Amino acid sequence: MNLLHDSLLELIRRTSTEIPDDVHRAILASLENERKGTIAASAMKIIDQNIALAKTKSQPICQDTGSIIFYVECPVGFDQMTFTEAARAAVKQATAKGYLRQNSVDSLTGRNDGTNLGPGSPTLHFHQHASDAVSVKLILKGGGCENVGAQYSLPHTGLNANRDLDGCRKAILDAVVQAQGKGCGPGILGVCIGGDRATGYEHSKVQLLRLLDDRNPHPDLARLEQDIVETSNQLGIGPMGFGGKTTLLGCKIGVLNRLPASYFVSVSYMCWAYRRHGVTLRADGTIAGWLY
Amino acid sequence: MIKLTTPISESTIRSLKVGDEVLLTGTVFTGRDAVHKYLHDGGQLPPEVNLREGVLYHCGPVVIKDDQGRWKCVAAGPTTSIREEPYQWQVIRDLGLRGVIGKGGMGDKTLKACQEHGCVYLHAVGGAAQVLAECIRKVSGVYLMEEFGAPEAIWEFQVEDFPAVVTIDSHGGSLHRQIFAQSQAELAKHL
Repeated sequence: MNLLHDSLLELIRRTSTEIPDDVHRAILASLENERKGTIAASAMKIIDQNIALAKTKSQPICQDTGSIIFYVECPVGFDQMTFTEAARAAVKQATAKGYLRQNSVDSLTGRNDGTNLGPGSPTLHFHQHASDAVSVKLILKGGGCENVGAQYSLPHTGLNANRDLDGCRKAILDAVVQAQGKGCGPGILGVCIGGDRATGYEHSKVQLLRLLDDRNPHPDLARLEQDIVETSNQLGIGPMGFGGKTTLLGCKIGVLNRLPASYFVSVSYMCWAYRRHGVTLRADGTIAGWLY
Repeated sequence: MIKLTTPISESTIRSLKVGDEVLLTGTVFTGRDAVHKYLHDGGQLPPEVNLREGVLYHCGPVVIKDDQGRWKCVAAGPTTSIREEPYQWQVIRDLGLRGVIGKGGMGDKTLKACQEHGCVYLHAVGGAAQVLAECIRKVSGVYLMEEFGAPEAIWEFQVEDFPAVVTIDSHGGSLHRQIFAQSQAELAKHL
């Protein structure tokens, strides 16, 4: 229990304070790409300094340490209740240590008890798999980027978007234009085509667990992902909406079946402060390795 | 880079234009969703919170107490400003603000208030909580903590060379409006 608690605390600390390597590489590439002397280049420079400083000082990359979402892959017979208790204790301690902001508010009373524990906080998703291994992935997703997420129901008259991949493309690009500035770009999109209103958003967030430089095994989706990034980067929105060349660092698209009556395109926007890490755990709860 | 020091005179503010990069030194007070609604509902600020010719920062910082019991700000980037759009014009007018720091820009009501009362919107880099916290030299007070909790309380910070970009000026200029229109026109070519 204590070893597991310590491992999860370290996972939270590292997720809040260190950007994963795949995202860092993409940020460095876009820093090089922005025209020197522009406010977009200044913004990217500050972002780069911020990443270094957060790591050195072991303090949050962004003050909005976000929704706390755990994804746990576990074998049959895994004790989810003990794990949940350890995760809650780790969240509480991470908050006391300042790795997490006091970020969870009672929606009815407005009270913030300062622990980050409450209904829906943290959120844990457990998935059983046919292996003895336990892996834990964590996403901390800030409110600014969460607020610019969008769900489209196709057909959409205003966007002239029909129930096909071109319609999905129009919906996703609209989300990019609407999000400008507010979501702390350059951003990364997680998208789900299909599902219902709840599973669509859920699956869009799962896409954010993918590596930025992976390739979608579905050729049509791989092409669409690439097209969304290239087109978005021609819109001149740029870092923080200041204008410039880098609007998106990536786009990851997944698919769920839908009902004949429904056709949702759900878009989750992740800010440049892409806080996602993961560990594999040994049987005693200690960390065997890091996933990103 | 243009250096600004609080309190800021109207003529200094009027000299700023969209796209200017500034470094701010002096006192800033944080205020975000709960504070804006409180003011809108007629709530009164404690006398220590003097924002005349001052700067309001849309920010919910991470602040912890150090070993000696002093407040220490460990992360303090801007939050999205557009949520305060219904209230901001009134706060600029009534409190006499010269600057609002945030991210993502604001709308027409705020733009108009900036023109009428001599105020600018200063865009800080969202997510850059460490670079910006480094500019906070001292936490000199906290107000309405009990009512609103730490992220939503009013924090009084002494800042030095806090970097931001003027994205709404006092002459009706808005970088946000401009980029939004340009990006929509550009998108139309790609559909």
